[in-house]
Amino acid sequence: MPKVVLSSGSAGQSFTGGQTEFEVEATTFRRLILELEKRFPGLGRQVEESMAIAIDGEIFQDAYAAELKPGSEIYLIPKIGGG
Amino acid sequence: MNYIDSSLKVVGTRPIRPDGVDKVTGRAVFAADTRASGMLWGKIKRSPHAHARIVSIDTSKAEALPGVRAVVTSADFPDIASEEAFVGEGPMNFRDLSLNVMARGKALYEGHAIAAVAASTQAIADAALELIDVQYEVLPHVIEVEAAMAPDAPILHDDLFTAGVTPAPTKPSNIAKVVTFKKGDADAGFAEADVIVEGRYTTQPVHQAYIEPHACLVTYAPDGQITIHASSQGHFMIRAYTAKLLGLEMSNIRVNPAEIGGGFGGKTLIYLEPVAVALSRKSGRSVKMQMTREEVFRGSGPTSGATIEVKLGAKKDGTIVAAKQVLKFQAGAFPGSPIGPGCMCGFAMYDLPNVDVVGYDVVSNRPKVAAYRAPGAPITSFGVESAMDELAIKLGMDPLTLREKNAATNGTKTHYGPTHVNIGFTAVLAAVKSHPHWKSPLKEGHGRGLATGFWFNIGGESTATVHVNEDGSIVAATGSPDIGGSRASIGMMVAEVLGVSAQHVRTVVADTASIGYTFVTGGSRVTFATGMAATQAAEKVVDELKRRAAATWDIPVEAVEWKDGMAYPAGSNAGAFEPLDLASLALKQARTGGPINAEVSVNAQGAGAGFGAHICDVSVDKETGHVKIERYTAIQDVGKAIHPSYVEGQIQGGAAQGIGWALNEEYIYNAKGQMENAGFLDYRVPVASDVPMIEAVLVEVPNPRHPFGARGVGEVPIVPPMAAIANAIRSATGLRMPDLPMSPPKVRAAIDAAG
Amino acid sequence: MAKTYVSATINGESSEFLCETQQTLLDVLRDVVGLTGSKEGCASGDCGACSVIMDGRLVCSCLVLGVEAEGKTITTIEGIAQGDHLHPIQQKFLEHAALQCGFCTPGLIVATKALLDENPNPTETEARYWLAGNLCRCTGYDKVIRAVMDVAAEMRGETVG
Repeated sequence: MPKVVLSSGSAGQSFTGGQTEFEVEATTFRRLILELEKRFPGLGRQVEESMAIAIDGEIFQDAYAAELKPGSEIYLIPKIGGG
Repeated sequence: MNYIDSSLKVVGTRPIRPDGVDKVTGRAVFAADTRASGMLWGKIKRSPHAHARIVSIDTSKAEALPGVRAVVTSADFPDIASEEAFVGEGPMNFRDLSLNVMARGKALYEGHAIAAVAASTQAIADAALELIDVQYEVLPHVIEVEAAMAPDAPILHDDLFTAGVTPAPTKPSNIAKVVTFKKGDADAGFAEADVIVEGRYTTQPVHQAYIEPHACLVTYAPDGQITIHASSQGHFMIRAYTAKLLGLEMSNIRVNPAEIGGGFGGKTLIYLEPVAVALSRKSGRSVKMQMTREEVFRGSGPTSGATIEVKLGAKKDGTIVAAKQVLKFQAGAFPGSPIGPGCMCGFAMYDLPNVDVVGYDVVSNRPKVAAYRAPGAPITSFGVESAMDELAIKLGMDPLTLREKNAATNGTKTHYGPTHVNIGFTAVLAAVKSHPHWKSPLKEGHGRGLATGFWFNIGGESTATVHVNEDGSIVAATGSPDIGGSRASIGMMVAEVLGVSAQHVRTVVADTASIGYTFVTGGSRVTFATGMAATQAAEKVVDELKRRAAATWDIPVEAVEWKDGMAYPAGSNAGAFEPLDLASLALKQARTGGPINAEVSVNAQGAGAGFGAHICDVSVDKETGHVKIERYTAIQDVGKAIHPSYVEGQIQGGAAQGIGWALNEEYIYNAKGQMENAGFLDYRVPVASDVPMIEAVLVEVPNPRHPFGARGVGEVPIVPPMAAIANAIRSATGLRMPDLPMSPPKVRAAIDAAG
Repeated sequence: MAKTYVSATINGESSEFLCETQQTLLDVLRDVVGLTGSKEGCASGDCGACSVIMDGRLVCSCLVLGVEAEGKTITTIEGIAQGDHLHPIQQKFLEHAALQCGFCTPGLIVATKALLDENPNPTETEARYWLAGNLCRCTGYDKVIRAVMDVAAEMRGETVG
């Protein structure tokens, strides 16, 4: 099962009671969001609205289809904009 | 397809940009240059108070003034619910945006829009503003970030509770959010350190100070169809926000992208368009609005000012074993400072085992901040790179060596989690080491500073179309406003794929009704993401051209190859045909299948982070405290420079903005919370005589996720300058300047204090 | 409000217009005459985006009243090129990529014309001080100054090819 880390103690952790690492049965970013929402109501929405996913060092802003593999490094980080 | 190792004919050259002649002859049409028949002028009445309850607004006298056709207040806008949006830059809440565009109930900063009028002339509109009677109950205000965090500070929003802390607070606060990042064990790391440096730094909010004030022309037709001409970093963003703030359907709004006179992030959100639509709807006439320079300063967003605490611990050999940072960012009147990137970017250049970062997003009675080039990164890096300099001094180590020793490389795990991949930071440091500027002896009385910087860069949604015209010439259209030469770079990538010259391709920016959705021009994403879409569209056109040639020759498409703008039979087995050029294929398009074109939409990922390092020599006038930039070199990994001149231009421009941020620019407030320097005379951006030539050095470590290897380049160059200059001043005078701007009075005071 | 009749030579052509006494030359050029190449960046004479040459002198048209144009000869950005032949200054700005957004460009080109009319052989420092009244936020001035120095040399006949 892929392991996901909520990298910042930003709003996300208030839904998880401080837990930052999860094993999640999910093969895509979309499944991950749905799974997190099921486990911690409100967190899925938080991730959807304000977080991006970094898989093996590459940041995906909005790609539901981004693939999650066991052994991949998966972090949820704040979304990034720019000037 | 990937062209990184191909020999390139167009990409990497320096053709004249397609929109160039219009811009040197005065023909280019910016938003303020547009006109409509029967057009009215719209103007905004703004709060003179930093914080006040709006008791009443009486518009009757203004409405009675001859020539006035409409007056609007927040009553003319729907009171929309809190909802997160991400159509502009950075986190944004539609309700906050609506309240920022037109105050409802409270004015939260001096310059906050309270009402607006549309009148037949500018003079009548100005007179009408004076006749609007607003009764205020003035409230205590708070300007500075740490004052706003104090327990007894005046509260801006009764419904704002700090997010990111447990247990959830029960009292409202000006602290919108707390962000933390931890890696390893910072305290244990500091316990191991031989040398520790600590510092507290402050930065002032600075405005993007694009020379073109915000402007738009809006027509609301009786059937509800709306046409907007606007200067922005995203006409789709204008459409989305205008629709949302007024409760309209997007298909009823068509936004035409005018030329944009600079943005730097400041035009990734809206101020005028929903107001102009409301005025046009009420008056039945077209309405033009244009901010004055003063309004730009008072009413539109600068970037955050901040306090930055940094602590670094290192072994004697320079290995950094622990790092700590506390960041307090001003958000302005509504939450949403770039605190997240601020927390992530400061230490992203280094391989650090133990890191602890805490960031606060804090509201106060200032204009709502807007994105400004690498939002958050220049602020956090001013602190970190100043502290790195102090650490080098304390260790007795060369500042470049210290950075080389701790530099992030591929495989370095960042303190915010992800592992760096495909980065070129060590190549940038190597370019510093070998650069003549770095190796040159320091002149008498001069000081030299070095600082580095990081920015993520982003991808995102873009659409591009490529059309073959009936004569075989090419049009490429995208949804990305061209802020600094992107029409040139996109046309060049299309030309490269098609095998034609850059002059053969006309690149345009299409309006919201004429091309698929495209996210804003920002985050250094256009050449990367829109370039990717355009490249793919051009490839599809090549595939189609090969099919047309195959149909003409009556051979299988696999037997056709495309080379130098022409279809050739692939080898002698395919048949002995004369090659077909674009013009010949276009001439027969009706016979071979109809118009030849392609549209591609992408959501580009893997933008490829950018790193830079700046070297700066200064001299300091001990009498006046004036700092003169004597020599400046900016080195950056750009992946692949599509049009090197415009890449250099981004780097030189970003560096000059950083020089202004370092030495002059700031918001000065009086005791009433009113800005005292809202004009170019007193808010002094760098002029030509303030800066030397800025040498831009392009390091090219290709980004494998882009067909030509490009990385975003526009943002990194504003990250290092503040610390590079502070470090140069330290080198010249022995004085550490922790507070921006390092303006003559401050430098002089520091010199005097040191005796 | 009674308007004033003004007659001036603009870009080589005699021009007549009516303007309000308080209207600036910039507003008159843009809103009455219809020459929108001169830009408003500040309306206070600080940014130079509205630079025009009036009787041989470089001025910010936002600091001149429309009525002051009476009898004057005015060159705006629209009058720099000769027909479809770009002026060498315009050509060099293009070649050097001395513009990004292009909003300050008309003012910079007019100011450069005024500089070279007065001083065909400026030093880099002289060029920088002359153009210090023209703000550019995009370029950091590097390529602008290179274009100015290059075109000055070319107009003196010093460059080859």
